[in-house]
Parts: sequence; C-alpha cells; structure tokens
Amino acid sequence: MTNTAILIAAIVFWLAAWYANTRLAALRPERGPMVTLVNLAIPVLFGAAILALWEGITRGFGVPTVILPPPSMIWERIISSVPTLWADFQQTYLKGVVSGYLIGCSLGFLVAVLVDRSRFWKAGVMPIGNLVSALPIVGIAPIMVMWFGFDWQSKAAVVVVMTFFPMLVNTVAGLDAAGHMERDLMHTYASTRTQSLIKLRLPAAMPFIFNALKINSTLALIGAIVAEFFGTPIVGMGFRISAEVGRLNVDMVWATIFVAALAGSLSYGAIALVERSVTFWHPSMRSERP
Amino acid sequence: MGVWLFDGGSAIMIRTRILPILTVVAAIIAVWYAFAVILNAPFERNAAERAGETIGFAEILPKTMSQQRPVLPAPHQVAVEIWETTVEKNITSKRSLIYHAWVTLSATLLGFMMGTALGILLAVGIVHSRVLDKSMMPWIITSQTIPILALAPMIIVVFNSVGVTGLLPKALISTYLSFFPVAVGMVKGLRSPETMHMDLMHTYSANRAQTFWKLRWPSSVPFLFTSMKIGIAASLVGAIVGELPTGAVAGLGARLLAGSYYGQTVQIWSALIVAAVLAGLLVGLIGWIGGWLNRRMGVREARA
Repeated sequence: MTNTAILIAAIVFWLAAWYANTRLAALRPERGPMVTLVNLAIPVLFGAAILALWEGITRGFGVPTVILPPPSMIWERIISSVPTLWADFQQTYLKGVVSGYLIGCSLGFLVAVLVDRSRFWKAGVMPIGNLVSALPIVGIAPIMVMWFGFDWQSKAAVVVVMTFFPMLVNTVAGLDAAGHMERDLMHTYASTRTQSLIKLRLPAAMPFIFNALKINSTLALIGAIVAEFFGTPIVGMGFRISAEVGRLNVDMVWATIFVAALAGSLSYGAIALVERSVTFWHPSMRSERP
Repeated sequence: MGVWLFDGGSAIMIRTRILPILTVVAAIIAVWYAFAVILNAPFERNAAERAGETIGFAEILPKTMSQQRPVLPAPHQVAVEIWETTVEKNITSKRSLIYHAWVTLSATLLGFMMGTALGILLAVGIVHSRVLDKSMMPWIITSQTIPILALAPMIIVVFNSVGVTGLLPKALISTYLSFFPVAVGMVKGLRSPETMHMDLMHTYSANRAQTFWKLRWPSSVPFLFTSMKIGIAASLVGAIVGELPTGAVAGLGARLLAGSYYGQTVQIWSALIVAAVLAGLLVGLIGWIGGWLNRRMGVREARA
C-alpha cells in the first residue's frame, strides 16, 4: 500500500469509529450486560482510532521515525527485544520499585499508627507531611546514588522516601475517619486502645490507605526511573530510555515506555482489585443498580 | 489561613498548631545534625588514621560540620551556601541560585498555564458531550497510572533534534503533567451543581451557555483551585526532570546534575531546598488565591 492510501484508510477508520461511538453513546442501555459492553466498547474504539490516526499520519506524511515512530514499528521493536525489556523490567521494577514500595509504604503506615497516639505530634506531622508530599522529592535521587551506589538499592531508597509521605498523611487522616458514634460504641464495650484500633479504626481507614497505595504505585515507578537518570548499571528502564534517546533509537524508548505503562496500569489495577474486596462496605464500592 | 492569626483565639492557635509544627521541624533538624555527624565521621577518622593520629569524638564533631564535600552536609552549611548563592551573588550571575530558580520557574509557569487551559477545555468538552465522556475518561484515568515522567528525556531530545530548544520543551513536559489533575478535577467540579440547581436553571429556560457561565463555572472554581495545587507541584517536578537529560546548563535540575557529577553535595542540597521552597510558595500562593476567591464567592473549599 502506498503511504497516501494508509493515510486515507486511517482517516476513514477514525471517522467510522467516531460515528460508531456517537451511535453507541446514544444507545443509553438501562441495565444488564449491555451497559458494561457499551462502556467498554467506546473507549476501546477511541483508543484504536487514535492508534490508526497515529499510524496513518506518521506514514502518510512520512514523519521521520526519529521524531515519532508509527505504532506498528514500536510493536515490532517490542516483539524483537523481549529479553532486553525483561532484564530492564527485572532490574527497575522487581528489584528497585517493589522493595522500595514495600518498605516505604510499611514505614509510612507504622509511623502513622505511632503518631496517631498523640494529638500533639499529629498536629505537627500533618501539615509538614502535606507540604513534603507536594515537594519535588525525585530531586534526592543524586544523593541516594552517592550514598547507596549505582545499583538498585539507591533506586529503592528514592522510592522509599517518595512513598513514605503520601502513606503517612493518608493513614493519619484515615485513622480519624471512623465516626463518633462507632467510637463511643467501642468505648461502651470497654475496648482497649489496641482493640478499637484493630477492629474499628484501621478498617475505617482502609479507603484512605488504599488511596495512598494507588498514588504510590505510580510514584514508585517514576522515582525508580528518574533515579536511573543519575547513575545506573547498564540495565534498567531509566538507563534504557536515556541511552536510547542519546542514540536516537526512539522506537526502543517507546517500547520501554510501553512496558512502564503496562507495569504501572497492571499494578494499579491489582491494588484496585484488592481494595474492592477489602473495602466492599464503602459507599463508593456499591454497584449503581439497587 | 492568614486571618486566624489575629483573632481572639490566637493563643490557642499557637499552642495547638504552631507549636507542634515547630517541634517537628526542630526534631527534623536535630536528626539531620545527628546523621551529619554519623555519616561524616568515618571520613575524618580515615584522614586522622592516614596522618598517623588518633582523634577523639570531641575533635571529630566540629570537623564533620565543615567538610568540603560531606556525605551529608550539616543544615547550617546548606543555609550558608543558599545565602551566598542567592543574596550575595548578582542575579544575572551563572552561580546565582535565583537565576537558576527563575529558569526552572519560567518553564514551570508556562507549562502550568498551558496545562491548566488544556485541562479546563477538555473538562468542558467531557461534561457537555456524552461521546467524549465515554471515550476519553477511561483513558485519562488510565494515563494517571503511567509514569509519564519517563517521557521527559525523549520529548527534550526530539525537540532538540527539530531545532526547538530552551523553554518550550520543558514547558511541554510540565503541561503534560499538570493537565491530568486539572481535567479530572474540573470534570468533577463542572458536574458538582445539584440536580435542584440544574432544574432551576431549566425553569428559567436557560440555554447551555447560560447554565455554564452562571451555574457550572462558578461552582467548579473550588475544584479548579484544589486541582491546580496538585498541577503546579507536578509542573515543577516536570520542569526539573526536563532539565536533566540534555545536560542543561541552567535551572535547578541542571544544578542537581552538575552537583552529582562533581560530588558537590552542598550544592545538591541547596538546589533541593530552593526547589522545595519554590514548590511550597507556588502551592501556598495558589491555595491563598483559591481561599480568597472562595471567601469572595461564599463557597466552601472542595475536597477533590
């Protein structure tokens, strides 16, 4: 096929998808499996249309692959370099992100439970924690690389610091979420501090804790990748991106970003699934239909 | 904020708010000093050993506070460095942190404004069109789970190869990072008017534009400012990371990178502190404008 034909085909596909989406959105099914189907089909069609348009424009106008490679080329690159991508994924995600995420989140949680015992410390920690959560913490990456070396330990350290504060702030806020009535009820049961913490306040804090877990899953990946820009062994997603950008192998960069996006969305989705089963009682989890 | 300092309960406010914060800050600085001594001591011990001397803790202590390239600089070293590079240096000098902060800040602000405008436009489209809502919202939410910052080096290099350098590529990264929170927050905000109010507008036979300007837009303002606070913090991170890959010569990110190349830890820490202060000021400024607007408009602050 010539490039012009590809461009025209892409535009036709895009228009057709747009039209189909308009019709689908106008259907407004009341209930049943049709709702799920329509809600799924529309974004999928939209995504496919964007991909088709991307392919059509890059090929049709002959955009240099250095600037923007077509999706088909990126896909070929992903298929042909699975071992490299897997090694990078292992180095950055399985070693750096997961260990840092676990340490950072549990530390934040533990400190929050400790701080919760004193109103004074809570009043001091909360504003500072909120402030620190808004700071560009990735900036500590060069320091961590100096302290912990080039390997994944320094990346995990960056992730620990980045995930600590959102977890701390959210857990402290969550532990205050249980209502007065329920607290008074626990009091009438003569429950100890620990009992009411475990049986009432921690469960009530779960939506907040999961919120932090979800925010942190993205932050952790960003932290590990950016930390690799400051120094790394010759493997890892951040290293791959900065090295291949330097060699203008933009398709490899996109392939790495695809892996990062996949890892990010899958871990987010996994946490959301666990959340659904742990906080099934929360109003936001109820299905819309009675 | 701001007003309560002067009302009758100010003594209680100081005791229940200011004092705890000051205590935590003092604790952080104390821990920082302790770690500075612990982490910098081995260097002094080695130096003494090489010189064939034995030194006691009393001699190590002051030395750990004044090393040229400490593992962890003491807080006052960082403070002195910041003072020297902001107040005592000419603003136009390449060694002035104010100059570097301005380079980063200009990219941040440009990107943030473009991102906010884009986010608002997108939200208006999504609220008014069912097709856009159904097809774009899932992707906007998914895109939040993607480490977008990983794109930063590519955007910079690609723009450089086309001949676009300087402010714009960095600002684009900031735009990219700040438009998501604004779009999501604004969709929430534009949908926040209650059915009662929408029905009232309907009984006035208001058209879409009138409903938008007189009801939807005003009620979305608290949400806008809440998400703008997140957006500007993300913008700053984007601008700093955007300065890394090209080995940029100016900006806070460049100071971080140069500091890490030459082992100038004091320089890294002072750049970090300035970045933190900048972030605090920007978020505070937006929060203050938002609070002022909310009071003027008589609405409560939104929790997006």
